[in-house]
Amino acid sequence: MSNKEYDNTIICRCEDITRGELHRWIDQGVTNLEELKRLSRATMGPCQGRTCRQLILQEIAARTGVPISEAIIPSYRQPLRGVTLGAIADMKLDEEEKPHEK
Amino acid sequence: MKNKAEVVIIGGGVIGCSIAYHLAANGMKDVVVLEKEYLASGATGRCGAGVRQQWGTEMNCRLSSGSARDFENMNEELEYEGDIEFIQGGYLLVAYTEHQVEQFRKNVALQNSLGIKSKFLTPLEAQEIVPHLNIDPLLAATFHDKDGHANPFHVTQAYANAARRLGVQINTYTTVLGIKREGDKVTGVITDRGEISAPIVVNAAGGYADVVAKMAGVNVPTYSERHQILVTEPVEAMQGPMVMSFHHNTYCQQTPHGSFLMGLGENVEPSHEIRGSWQFLKEMSDKITEMLPPLRHLRIVRQWAGLYHMSPDKTPILGGTEELQGFQMAVGFSGHGFMIAPMTGRLMAANILGLDHKDKDILATLNIERFAKGELFVEPSVV
Repeated sequence: MSNKEYDNTIICRCEDITRGELHRWIDQGVTNLEELKRLSRATMGPCQGRTCRQLILQEIAARTGVPISEAIIPSYRQPLRGVTLGAIADMKLDEEEKPHEK
Repeated sequence: MKNKAEVVIIGGGVIGCSIAYHLAANGMKDVVVLEKEYLASGATGRCGAGVRQQWGTEMNCRLSSGSARDFENMNEELEYEGDIEFIQGGYLLVAYTEHQVEQFRKNVALQNSLGIKSKFLTPLEAQEIVPHLNIDPLLAATFHDKDGHANPFHVTQAYANAARRLGVQINTYTTVLGIKREGDKVTGVITDRGEISAPIVVNAAGGYADVVAKMAGVNVPTYSERHQILVTEPVEAMQGPMVMSFHHNTYCQQTPHGSFLMGLGENVEPSHEIRGSWQFLKEMSDKITEMLPPLRHLRIVRQWAGLYHMSPDKTPILGGTEELQGFQMAVGFSGHGFMIAPMTGRLMAANILGLDHKDKDILATLNIERFAKGELFVEPSVV
C-alpha cells in the first residue's frame, strides 16, 4: 500500500473520515477519542461508532504508544438504533407512563 | 503544571477559554486554565449551539450582538486552522398566544432601538422563510437574519489554541479541590496535581460554578438544571434558520453537516444530573412533529443532556465580589453562555486588567451585588 493509499483509507465511513485526517488531529495533541470525535465528527454518524470505534482506538494507540487498555472510552448514547421521530411520536403511552406536562 | 500564576481560570469551556485568550491578547500572559476533563466537556459541548440577538433585555441584546460580530471574524482573529462553522441562517421565533405576541412586539422594539434589525412577521411570512413550518395554530413570528449557530467544540478550541500561542497554560484532566484564601483575599487554588498560588482566581465553571463558589466561601444565588437535546441523521439542506418556540419550550436547527439538532426545556428539580431520559425523547418527538411535520421521517441517532446554570433573573453574573478580593465570576449564564462568550471574555479581561471598554457598564450592571440591591434584569425569552 502506498503512503497516499494508507492515508486515504476511510476509517469512519458514516462521516468519511480518513486515517490521514485522524493522524493530523492526533499529531496536534487530540489524543483521546472523547476529544477526537467532537473535533473530527468520527463515530458521530448514523452507526454511532459501531463500525469504527475500535479501529480509531487502534489508530490512537499505534500513533501515541498508549495501549488501548488505558484509552478513554466515550459514553454510548441512546437510542441503541436509529428510530424516526414519527415512530416515537406515534407511540401511545398508558396514562401513568406519560411524561409530566409543563 | 505551574505552581504560581497571575490569574487562574477554573473551567475549560468556552467562557474560560475566551477569558484566557482576551487576557493574553491584552498582555496578561501568566494565565493558567484548569479543566476537570477535556475542553468543552461540560455545558459548552452539550449546548444547542445557537447564536441569537433577539433577546428581551438590553443587557442580553448588547452582549449577544457584540458577540455575533466577533463570531463573524473569529476564524481570522484567532488564526484558527479549522473552521468554527458560523452560519447566519437567522432565528425564527414563533408565537402561539396573545401574551407571546405582546412580548415579541416589545422585544422587537427594544432590539431595533439597539441596532438589531429583527422583524415582526405574519404566519404566512414566517412560512415563506421555513416552508415546512406548521402555521395552523400560529399567531405571529419574529425573524433576525444575522442570528445563527456555530460549532461549540471548534470555537472553544480556537480560543484555546490562540491563548496557548500567547503563552497561556491549559491543564486538562486537572480537578480543582479547593480555593485558598487569607482573610478576605483569594491566594490560590488546590488541585489533584498540586497547588497554584495566584492573586486572581476566575470562576468559569459552568454547570459547577455553584460548587466552585462554595469552595471559595462565596455565596452565589445560582443552581444547575438538566436540559436535553437530540440529533438526527444528516439530510440535504432544507431549513435555514433556527426555529424556536417559547410556547412548546423547544428549539430546532439544521446544522451545516445536515443533521437536525433539537432541544426542550423541561420542568426539573435543580441537580447536576446529566443522564438522558426516554420521557424527553417522547415529548421532543411529539412537539417537533407537530411544529415541523416533515421532520417525522428523520431518524434520531443520539440524545444527550447538559446543564443550564440558572441565575435568579436568567441573566449572567459577571465580575468581582465584595465578599472575596481577587475572586472573579462569569457564572449563571442560564443556557445562553456559548453565544455571549466572546463579549464575556472581552469584558472580564478588561475588568481584571483595569482597562477601558465601551461596554464596561454591562459588567457593573451585571455584578452580583444587583441581587442584594434588588436590581434584577429578568429575561423573558429563554427556552
